[in-house]
Amino acid sequence: MVYLYNSMVFKIIYRNILRHRLRTILTVTGMAVAILSFGLLRTVVGAWYAGVEGSSAYRLVTRNAVSLIFRLPLAYLSKIRAVPGVSAVSYSTWFGGIYIDEKNFFPQFAIEARHYLDLYPEFIIPEEQKLAFLKERQAAIAGRQLVEKYGWRLGDIIPIRSTHYPANLEFVLRGIYTGVEKSTDEGRFFFHWDYLNETLEKNAPNLANHVGVYIIQVNDPDQAALVAAQVDELFKNSLAETLTETEKAFQLGFVAMTEAILMSIQVVSFLVIGVILVVLANTMAMTARERMNEYATLKTLGFQPWHLVGLIGGESIAIALIGGIIGLVLSFPAAQIFRSALSQYFRIFHVSSVTLIVGLLTSLGVGVISAIFPSWQAARVSIAEGLRRIG
Amino acid sequence: MVDEYPEEICGNGGLVEIRHLYKSYRRGSQTIPVLNDVCLSIQAGEFLALMGPSGSGKSTLLNLIAGIDRPDEGILLIDGINIPTLSEAALAVWRSRHVGFIFQFYNLIPVLTAFENVELPLLLTDLPKPERRQHVEVALSLVGLEDRMHHYPQQLSGGQQQRVAIARALITDPTIIAADEPTGDLDKVSAEEIMELLSGLHQEFHKTIIMVTHDPRAAAKAHRIRHLDKGILNCEDEDYKPLEL
Repeated sequence: MVYLYNSMVFKIIYRNILRHRLRTILTVTGMAVAILSFGLLRTVVGAWYAGVEGSSAYRLVTRNAVSLIFRLPLAYLSKIRAVPGVSAVSYSTWFGGIYIDEKNFFPQFAIEARHYLDLYPEFIIPEEQKLAFLKERQAAIAGRQLVEKYGWRLGDIIPIRSTHYPANLEFVLRGIYTGVEKSTDEGRFFFHWDYLNETLEKNAPNLANHVGVYIIQVNDPDQAALVAAQVDELFKNSLAETLTETEKAFQLGFVAMTEAILMSIQVVSFLVIGVILVVLANTMAMTARERMNEYATLKTLGFQPWHLVGLIGGESIAIALIGGIIGLVLSFPAAQIFRSALSQYFRIFHVSSVTLIVGLLTSLGVGVISAIFPSWQAARVSIAEGLRRIG
Repeated sequence: MVDEYPEEICGNGGLVEIRHLYKSYRRGSQTIPVLNDVCLSIQAGEFLALMGPSGSGKSTLLNLIAGIDRPDEGILLIDGINIPTLSEAALAVWRSRHVGFIFQFYNLIPVLTAFENVELPLLLTDLPKPERRQHVEVALSLVGLEDRMHHYPQQLSGGQQQRVAIARALITDPTIIAADEPTGDLDKVSAEEIMELLSGLHQEFHKTIIMVTHDPRAAAKAHRIRHLDKGILNCEDEDYKPLEL
């Protein structure tokens, strides 16, 4: 009996949804657009945090305590390596170059290649390519997305002009790395720090023999704070004091610089949901008001208020979920377009499963909340009032 | 349950016993009295017509008897149950089992076919689907609509829609059929057909029918006619005479 009753409830809900097709189509479209926007905005926020998400608890970053734009002497390397709890150290320098045209922005790092790649196991590079890279002074490796974007092939010569240093360098692409996970950044470009340093020794000797940051691998993540304190203690009162922090904290520092923008994006994403909530609530209130006579009739036949709550709630949730699912499905091609158009800013831009779940739950929530007022109205209205019959 | 009330309240021991019933409505700050000290006794199997001018309170009285509204004061016993004392939930269950309601404007659910509209009250029972189907088919054939089962209300004429409503009212074999101006929205021919149908069903199944109407020709089909005027149906005016069925 329960099953059969339910089948009738679903039948009524289904037919009621199709009763005012234009209204339903417009509401579903509005819901789909809202959830699509919500999903994309959340993905933008997620992309912003991609570096934080990809950070390792085993890695520390040591930078100049004054600012990231000031470099550290190469001489610090051996001292850092000797700190107890440090298992490996490497270093890198932000090159900030332009490939052919200014619009071709992607991150380039001059790295101490021997240890650096070992510190980042999330970058997968074929062994023969890795060896070829290590052997050649001008060699470079690039992420798969970057290679696909510019149509590079192994052996291609890639000229890059730095905006930070007096250095116009040419690289030979010897390796292509892929990410171990979908969220791993495949848009970076690495080359030998030695190659840059040689150029700087010729063109700007005062800039040579300095590095941007040291990357430290610790034996035990629980000892990270202690190791960081010991490293910073080493260079206290020196000309270049250091600030050592976990890689996650280092990445969060970048995010914090744009926190106001991120906050605005999140506020807008919730405003979009608020707007569609009002739209759907209005639609359902209008629908319930139009059908009050039918609800009174059903009550006359012996149906209880909770039956009406089921009908109104079911319809509201169905409309919200249909719109929500359409919006979430559309978010995949939309994210693809977004990624292609803005790849220089968002190298990791994929709709995460968390975004899908949050989008679905938000749709469900909008459906439930929109049904509350009309359900309450239908449940409490007296039959006589509903029938508008006073003899 | 009848034993719980004194004999003078139970009156003639009818199926419906109404004593000193009052009902008013609030419109803003105003209280508008609709029924004033109404007394009425209706026997099982009786076909009663309630007549009176607009605003006299006849539909309100019918609503009270059908359990879709509550009086302010007074006693309303139906088959021994004092209806106003039931909770909303219990009253809904009671309505589903004991009352079949026929509305002036049919009040069919527009998204359901004739068959599904008639089936609605049975969804609140434990009847399995095959039995429900059988009941609905019988009810629709009784009102002559076996060939319109899968039509939606908008595909039916007014008379046919009212037939579906009558089938819906009969489907649970209720104690009382309450009809609120069942011919009020119909042309003359359709109205006559509906009254013939109601009269025939009454004669065949001996259902207790309480009908509100403006139409003297419709009222003529009833066994008894009571007139309400400004909400008054005096207890002293009770003119019940046993029926000869």
